[in-house]
Amino acid sequence: MRLLEYQSKRLLADFGLPLQPPKVVESAGAAVQAVRDLGQSAVLKAQVPFGGRGKAGGVKFVETPDQARSAAQELFALQLRNIAVKQISIEPKISIAREIYVGATWDTTAKLPLVLLNLAGGIDVEAANGRQMQRSRFDPFQGLSANQGRELASAAGLTGKTMIAVGEILAKLAEVFLAIDAVTVEINPLVESKDGQLIGVDAHIEIDDDARYRQLGRLEQLGPLPAIGSGRPTTELEREAQRIDAMDHRGVAGRVVEFDGDLALLIGGGGASLTVFDAIRRHGGRPANYCEVGGNPTTEKVAALTALLLSKPGVRRLAVIMNVVNNTRADVMAAGMLQGIREAGLDPAKVVSVFRIPGSWEQEAREVLAGAGIEALGREISLDKAAQLAVGRMNEHVA
Amino acid sequence: MLLDPNANILVQGITGREASAMVSDMLDYGSRIVAGVTPGKSGQEVHGVPVFDTVRDAMAHCSSTISVVSVPAPAVLDATFEAMACGIQLCLIMSERVPRLDTCKILHRAGQAGCTVIGPNTLGLIRPGIAKLGTIGGRLDNVQRSFMPGRVAILSRSGGMTTEIASFLTSHGIGQCLAVGVGGDPMVGSNFTDLIRRLEDDPTTDAVVIYGEPGGTAEEQLAEHLQKHGTRLRINAFLSGQFVDDMEGVRFGHAAVIVEGGRGSVRGKTKALREAGVFVAETFDDILVGLKP
Repeated sequence: MRLLEYQSKRLLADFGLPLQPPKVVESAGAAVQAVRDLGQSAVLKAQVPFGGRGKAGGVKFVETPDQARSAAQELFALQLRNIAVKQISIEPKISIAREIYVGATWDTTAKLPLVLLNLAGGIDVEAANGRQMQRSRFDPFQGLSANQGRELASAAGLTGKTMIAVGEILAKLAEVFLAIDAVTVEINPLVESKDGQLIGVDAHIEIDDDARYRQLGRLEQLGPLPAIGSGRPTTELEREAQRIDAMDHRGVAGRVVEFDGDLALLIGGGGASLTVFDAIRRHGGRPANYCEVGGNPTTEKVAALTALLLSKPGVRRLAVIMNVVNNTRADVMAAGMLQGIREAGLDPAKVVSVFRIPGSWEQEAREVLAGAGIEALGREISLDKAAQLAVGRMNEHVA
Repeated sequence: MLLDPNANILVQGITGREASAMVSDMLDYGSRIVAGVTPGKSGQEVHGVPVFDTVRDAMAHCSSTISVVSVPAPAVLDATFEAMACGIQLCLIMSERVPRLDTCKILHRAGQAGCTVIGPNTLGLIRPGIAKLGTIGGRLDNVQRSFMPGRVAILSRSGGMTTEIASFLTSHGIGQCLAVGVGGDPMVGSNFTDLIRRLEDDPTTDAVVIYGEPGGTAEEQLAEHLQKHGTRLRINAFLSGQFVDDMEGVRFGHAAVIVEGGRGSVRGKTKALREAGVFVAETFDDILVGLKP
């Protein structure tokens, strides 16, 4: 889960890192007051859980409380990646001598955590390389010591007090990374002001969802966590699919992504879903959705998902394709699918273009389907062939 | 080769509902499970397998070198440390949703203890005709229909696709010496590169089929390894999820980009593997190309 900037700053400040948690406001009036209280030029930033905010117009500099009003109004009117801006932070503007990047993340190749230091901080940090860019893996039990931090700072070319301070910041960053089960922690930019002080101006934290259970106390203190904006807003169909999947903890029948096609797909498990979706497109089909089914979901869940997928306007047929199943029961899938089609008021024999779920309880599924006039395909029809058949049958005349 | 036919096997978390069904299927296939561990449940039996409170007690009853770990995610770190402290040499972690830091600590400790880790988040591995670890293939009849002995290894990031690929090869008369679900997490004990290194020295393996997915860097790492060291093995790969490349993602921070260098797309993985001499199948059915029955 990702934290908002002000939440990240609060957390890092709690660990003794040089960040000042900003004032956070939810109205233009409060923004004016906050800037008046500061009594100096200020930065207003939209609180949204993703990068590229500055380039999208989510950061504004103001000199006076009056300017703060219009700036705040503009920020609150923004939709960044389809997320409405509900909170903005206000902090004093700093005169910057130098921008540094510090971060910690996972090196999945080395299977170790690592810290990064880049003297060319700011928005183009990814491009920088050479001496100014330093990285060091660290021990997951011990973290990074201050002397290791200083080695990095020195290797990057820092000297004197700044070298010592950055070394300590790196050690602290590694400590935070381990303590909060982070996936990413970064301070960018870490600014050296003209009077020689180091202060973090922006921060990102992402915490491992699988460790949420042991970070609850810490997370609760940070206030409501943001919804993650995807490339586009979730659709009504996708939200309904989430509700269906949540109605019972047994098995997965969801993870729907809506597409603009006419062939509904009931596909699984995860790997085979990806494979089948690619194959449908390659054979010229137009999927109405992506989904993942697996882990032996209940009849009710499968029925509800089937009915939902068929309710999408423009959908003409349904293809049901899974890999050779290990623990999902093919007969439960068949029964659920039939129930869903009937709930949608349709005739299974006309709607289903292919049904291919070989593996456990395959014979029982075959019998259930035969009663509804559907011929189940076996494992001798590959995932690719099944997809090809499904696309081919889109154009067959349905009596 | 992983999974010596004579090795004894321990199951940690054996009294769980899923583990109990798994033990029955494993025993049916000939896997030598000699003991189970669930703290607080010593004295019970699961399908005739005695249950102990600790790994140490289980080892005193009958020494094992392999442990299948099927405990709740928060207990995985402790369970695997216990196994390694008692000399387990192959640890298969089935549990899903293990915190990444715990996985890292487990792998760090395993490196020091000389223990091989498969997973977390794996359905297991199988040596067709010999034995299996985990739920891979499901019940005996399905395992026997899907897998047959031979000289091709399957390494897959998806558990379900492991069985699908084996079944497809089997139906074309191509047998397998090993099939491993390497685990679905970004960080796993044995990734493609780790396993290919082992198979390189295994005289019973001629070829390898790899199943990859979007995200992570396992495929790129393999390509880098092959560029550097070459291989005597025929390697076929199939990568699913090409459509994901076309979907707009959401960026957050720079760290992942700096470290992974823009790796992770199916397009990029395909290119890297092809440049390293791997045959990357356009369609699923093409994974057969160049594999002899």
